[in-house]
Amino acid sequence: MDVLQLLLSGLANGCVYGLVALGFVLIYKATEAVNFAQGDLMMLGAFVMVGLVNPQYMGLNFWLAVPLALLIMGALGYMLDIAILRFMFGQSQTAVVILTIALGFVIRFVAGVIWGHEPQNLHSPLALGDVRMGGVVLSLADIAVIVVTLALTLGLWQFFQRTKLGLAMQASSQNQMAAYYMGIPVKRVQGAVWALAGVVACVAGILYASKGTLAISAGFIGIKAFAAAVIGGFGSLPGALMGGLIVGIIEPFAARYFPAGYSQIAPYALLILVLVFRPHGLFAQVRVKKV
Amino acid sequence: MRFHFKTSYDHDIRLFPDWWNFSLYAALLLVLLGLPWLIDSFYLGEMTNVLIWSVAGLGLMLLTGQTGQVSLGHSAFMALGAYSCVNFMELGLPFLAAFLLAGVFTGIIGGIIAVPALRLHGVYLAIFTLALSILMDDLIVILSPWTGGVNGYFAPEIWIFGIEINRWSAPETWYYLALGTALMVTFFYRNLLRSPLGRSFAAVRDSEISAQAMGVDVARTKTLAFGLSCAFAGLGGALMGLFAGAFNNETFNFLISIQLLMAIIIGGLGFIHGAFLGAIVIAFLPQFLSIVTDQLGSTSIPGLETGVFGMILIAFILFEPMGLYGRWLKIRTWLQLFPFARRDMFRRQKSYLKTERLR
Repeated sequence: MDVLQLLLSGLANGCVYGLVALGFVLIYKATEAVNFAQGDLMMLGAFVMVGLVNPQYMGLNFWLAVPLALLIMGALGYMLDIAILRFMFGQSQTAVVILTIALGFVIRFVAGVIWGHEPQNLHSPLALGDVRMGGVVLSLADIAVIVVTLALTLGLWQFFQRTKLGLAMQASSQNQMAAYYMGIPVKRVQGAVWALAGVVACVAGILYASKGTLAISAGFIGIKAFAAAVIGGFGSLPGALMGGLIVGIIEPFAARYFPAGYSQIAPYALLILVLVFRPHGLFAQVRVKKV
Repeated sequence: MRFHFKTSYDHDIRLFPDWWNFSLYAALLLVLLGLPWLIDSFYLGEMTNVLIWSVAGLGLMLLTGQTGQVSLGHSAFMALGAYSCVNFMELGLPFLAAFLLAGVFTGIIGGIIAVPALRLHGVYLAIFTLALSILMDDLIVILSPWTGGVNGYFAPEIWIFGIEINRWSAPETWYYLALGTALMVTFFYRNLLRSPLGRSFAAVRDSEISAQAMGVDVARTKTLAFGLSCAFAGLGGALMGLFAGAFNNETFNFLISIQLLMAIIIGGLGFIHGAFLGAIVIAFLPQFLSIVTDQLGSTSIPGLETGVFGMILIAFILFEPMGLYGRWLKIRTWLQLFPFARRDMFRRQKSYLKTERLR
């Protein structure tokens, strides 16, 4: 029972990492850039939700606020692309990495100015109930996280495989110029994927905030989500979820069975091991090009 | 505008192209040497800080600016430098020996770590090094017999040839220590750039494939670049730790390495001057912001520093990717060519990105 409880709580945590990692992979798949600000976008999404729902701010109904928050974050993602990232079109990956790190700093600063640095609680109906199955206790939020994550991953995966827009996104990341020749409006497609990443970040943020308290520093789970995305192999959506689950499950077990001080190392140590032995992740997407 | 008519290869690689250039740097050196008599001890301390950041910045510049590899983990190597320096001193070595040995030690460890890191490209290398710098925090706690754990270390007394280096009673001694280190590192760096190794760094940065085609051993070049870069960062970290007076596992957190990266980008990637200009920005920005908020009469805003820093960095990447020194180069070219400068001279070429997943 003990093991099962650890496994399930790890699963729920892992799903949040997986959701943030999903955002990384989305942007990577469509623009070939890595968005280091994804964790901070998640934090921002959660705070937008807090601003809409909590009584001391606007006090809207939770279920009314969810689509509103998703819309706001989607619009914000699109604006970010138009205002900043479009200028980086065609520039190297590293420049975008540094740019998004800076963007993360700015987002954290702005959120700190608006919502303050005190930890806050989202008034979420998900945060209330517990579900007991045998000896295992799961909060409603945990179940919601798992269900939503699975649904979202499946949906986005199919979106990339099946729909025209999804294929256009893949094409524009693989070769921008060739994508232009095929009549794909590459810049607009990139705007669309940033909007999508904003929405995914908002979903992750709402679920994260439902699970516990929310602070400005929440964005730093982005680093763990990175570990997740890399372990899964950047560029693979199911891989991102798997990576998130692996990191999420390793954490509680390491905390339980390793001596104190060693447990928080586990995800990063795993990340380094994966990078050393399988440099492109467990679900690698790199293939050698035939000349 | 002066023209340099080069008649031999020695001409091309000499340290200073002409007497005018040499005298400029000589004058700068004289001003720097005389600085303790020109400014008060507070600003002297700030200048020391600038020089320390420059040493670490030069380290990262060698890797990122010259060899084109991004590292978000240099705070780990700065920590390694600081801790190994103090440990060598506790073993009874004199400061100067311990300090230099700390640099060598950090460089060797960096070179060893570079071997697996070499197989990684771009973003993967950035994430690998980021993980290193986060791990370092926990490693310091785990290795508390050598590092003092969360309690950290108080910087021991530093003696060089019978002179005590003390930040409070004699700030000019610290200033000269930092200046000496910065000069040594700069001189080494400048000489490295005109050696075959430095040229192969640039070749690897510009195109790994063409470097390989020209017979550059890419793996060896990257390892050496990483090792040397870590050695400089270690020296910078040792100075930073000792200058702070006390340091523990949180002194060198991963934000330091991100700040370092930002410093060299704001200063200008790939230029020695850039490391110094970036260090000036990074060391004086907090002071400047606190003065501005005081003037406006508002209370201090938490997180303002990093926020403003992020905004400055975004502005630089969007509008002046070559950094402060690049801007100066453009102004200088404009002045030298005066009526003949063209507007599009430095325009970025239009480029399209291809995936790195299909290689």
